[in-house]
Amino acid sequence: MSEQIKFYQTGTFTVGNRLLDEARRTVQSMVTRTNSLNSGHRACQGCGEALGARYAVDAAVAVTNGQMAVVNATGCLEVFSTPYPQSSWQVPWLHSLFGNAPAVASGMAAAAKVKGKNIRIVAQGGDGATVDIGFGCLSGMFERNDDVLYICYDNEAYMNTGVQRSGSTPARATTATTQGVGPEPGNRFGIGKNVPRIAMAHGIPYVATASVADLRDLERKVVRAMSFHGARYLHIHVPCPLGWGSDPADTIRIARLAVECGLFPLFEAESGKVTGRRKIRRRVPVDEYLKLQKRFANLFGAKGDAVALSRIQQTADENIATYGLDDAEELTGVLRI
Amino acid sequence: MYQVRFHGRGGQGVVTAAELLSVAAFMDGKHAQAFPSFGSERMGAPVAAFCRIHDQPIRIREPVATPDALIVQDSSLVRNADLLAGLDHTQLVLVNTRLTMDELKAEHLKKQVGLQKIILLPATEIALEIVKRNVPNVIMLSAFCAITGLISFETLTKAVQTKFSGKIAEANILAAEKAWKLVEGLGASRMEKPEWEVVHA
Amino acid sequence: MLKQIEGSHAVAETIALCRPEVISCYPITPQTHIVEGLSAMVKSGKLAPCEYMTVESEFAALSALIGASAMGARTYTATSSQGLLFMAEALWNASGLGLPIVMTDGNRAIGGPINIWNDHSDTMAMRDCGWIQLYAESNQEAVDLHIQAFKLAEEISMPVMVCVDGFILTHAYERVDIPTQQQVDDFLPAYEPRQLLDPDDPISIGAMVGPEAYMEVRYLLHNRHLQALDVIPRISDEFENKFGRKHGGLVRTYRTQDADTIVVALGSVNGTIQDSVDDLRDAGHKIGSMSICSFRPFPLKAIRTALQHAQRVIVVEKNLAPGLGGILASNIRMALRGIAKPVTTVICGLGGRAIMKKSMSECLVKGHQDQLEDLSFIDMNWPAIERELEREKTTRRSGPMAENLMYAVSQDVMPEPVS
Repeated sequence: MSEQIKFYQTGTFTVGNRLLDEARRTVQSMVTRTNSLNSGHRACQGCGEALGARYAVDAAVAVTNGQMAVVNATGCLEVFSTPYPQSSWQVPWLHSLFGNAPAVASGMAAAAKVKGKNIRIVAQGGDGATVDIGFGCLSGMFERNDDVLYICYDNEAYMNTGVQRSGSTPARATTATTQGVGPEPGNRFGIGKNVPRIAMAHGIPYVATASVADLRDLERKVVRAMSFHGARYLHIHVPCPLGWGSDPADTIRIARLAVECGLFPLFEAESGKVTGRRKIRRRVPVDEYLKLQKRFANLFGAKGDAVALSRIQQTADENIATYGLDDAEELTGVLRI
Repeated sequence: MYQVRFHGRGGQGVVTAAELLSVAAFMDGKHAQAFPSFGSERMGAPVAAFCRIHDQPIRIREPVATPDALIVQDSSLVRNADLLAGLDHTQLVLVNTRLTMDELKAEHLKKQVGLQKIILLPATEIALEIVKRNVPNVIMLSAFCAITGLISFETLTKAVQTKFSGKIAEANILAAEKAWKLVEGLGASRMEKPEWEVVHA
Repeated sequence: MLKQIEGSHAVAETIALCRPEVISCYPITPQTHIVEGLSAMVKSGKLAPCEYMTVESEFAALSALIGASAMGARTYTATSSQGLLFMAEALWNASGLGLPIVMTDGNRAIGGPINIWNDHSDTMAMRDCGWIQLYAESNQEAVDLHIQAFKLAEEISMPVMVCVDGFILTHAYERVDIPTQQQVDDFLPAYEPRQLLDPDDPISIGAMVGPEAYMEVRYLLHNRHLQALDVIPRISDEFENKFGRKHGGLVRTYRTQDADTIVVALGSVNGTIQDSVDDLRDAGHKIGSMSICSFRPFPLKAIRTALQHAQRVIVVEKNLAPGLGGILASNIRMALRGIAKPVTTVICGLGGRAIMKKSMSECLVKGHQDQLEDLSFIDMNWPAIERELEREKTTRRSGPMAENLMYAVSQDVMPEPVS
């Protein structure tokens, strides 16, 4: 089929439809899919990270013909995927420490190289492991341009330890360490890190943001990343119903709203320059995204804060302007492999 | 066991001198140990280094407290407390200077060691003349070997060639030769010969 | 081949002979010359195939090797002091996962206050991280221990750290016999991992272990150390057969047969102690010494056997455990459980303070005559300490301890004589 299918009309499921060319179908629709992250893991109902990880690693396995190994930082993914005495991973998988996944991955890549084995290395961790405690190691891996794809699953807080603020927690989000009390409830404005942009500043071959709202786009970016050698970074937005105070059934919907309101821009970059972005096809105000999550309850209702809300809206507006996400002329998100 | 203590300032190659002496002794089939005093290292700061030479394996690791010989690469240190310590058994003090004994103002040194054991040598001048750099360490070492008879000139040359190459090595060896000739006669006449016997490999 | 070279260069040359496949490097005085030497060898192609990684911290240095070792590579790094502490988490991780990484620690004091000179506080602080800890007495032993370390680590699947006194050994020029490549190849077979990240046979390494099994897993680690108590002497014997030198092993005694007093220590200070022992023997004192090479696993039986006939034991340590005193002494007392004999701790050489044979001999004579306190110090500047304590008593805002002491010490130094 040569016609462009507008998948936003039919939903993600249809990307596996048998009427499509095999080459355009998602990995998940293949009988031979790995389920590198097998069922039986202990993630919460509606866990965005479990969904994102399975899609991401399956895509990596498919494109490398299984010749790959994974290192996982401590965190939700590591804990729920390997509950003693079981493991739900079907790929070679190593867990070392919280803050060293990028460094461990660098070592794995060096070993594969010295032994002449074409085993590709994927490192993964949550925002805590990536943005905070592992940041030094991440930067080291970037500057050495080690042949590693690092995937950050960003649920915007230290979830596994009970929802504490990380360098990725957005403004006004209530966490256990930025509680929803006092004159400035939740996480403060004006702090936090933009690691995708920091990754770009290192000039590495490929950087991209992705979301579980658009799984086919996520897969495509993993495949694209694996076509490069050197340091690559993928930052995936993954809602956490428990930590965000949202309905487990709403995970993908909330992820889509984050993209569509502009708070989580989807873009790709190569060697420090933006090369592509996912335009927003139907823009929504930030309220629609925020009001579905109890962590932002401090913005609404009787004790609501219109000023804070407008500041968040401003952040979204700036993202849209920066990346050119709101262009009524051009159609959004047509998926090409 | 023969113990040498080197004094100088950072950047003058004091540590290299001690290492070179140990390499030369090794080439002659001796056991030798060389190490620096580990002060904060920066250009110009006082530095000491030590070398022990012995027939048997050397087990002791302490800094040389009672040197048989003192090699002073920077004459501004002759009144330095560390330099003046433990000189009761010292048989030779070699000082790099173009000044005379009177001009040097080394009264404490004279009192400790005795005039006949102090030899002054303008090593810096020789270095500048022949090597064209202010690094007097090989020259001082050469004079030391000539006076004590500890190491032959041939062995010293071989040792120098392990550390330096090309023009630098050549220049240093030339300068060493000049220093050797300058002090050669002084060995027996100016002081008692130490007990050490030089053994050629 | 006999060479007169700096200790760290001797170690670097030896590591290269052991054919490491991945080396990570983060600089810290006084080990840096080792990794610099290796970097030159890798860059020139002399050591190949080998991947040399310049990483962003010691934590990264060991973490990278954890990954590389899990992928089946023979791995090596070196560190000291602060660096060893910075990789603390990774030390436990490496031993917990049973990865046969070999690392040199150029022993250096831990700050604060910052101090770059030698003592054993760094490796002592990490004594229970699960790594095998071997201490070298000389640069020749440092060379020999590293070769043995790779064999030991890979045989029992445990990481090994070889402790080499910073500056005193690392920066000393002495005669060393560097083996040939053939000799090392004959002694050290290629690395065959017990566990491997292999796409053809995927496994998960490093999963969480709950209360149901953690105790057993930890016991198995301890058991590897117990195994090592047999493997270490065996490898040392094999080494002696192949290379003709008796280095390594658990402990080594010197003139202890009829000794009434035995002095125990780790590392290079044993050289000075042996010279002291000779002097004291000449003076008629029945004194001997024991050098412990394997500190972890701690050879309880071998130590007990070596010390049991002595009347007293003097433990010389380059580490002061705040609030306690001696660590080595405490461990020695464990070995002598049930045999009542005084074990005194003598602390010396902290932060690189020179250990003079004269002071050592005076101290050992006192000990031999039962005149030493349980805990004593060699060449401690007591007046300076008393002055500072007085100061603290009288002033609340007494200022930083270290700076006060340094000022006091500088005042004590003999002023330059006026010409």
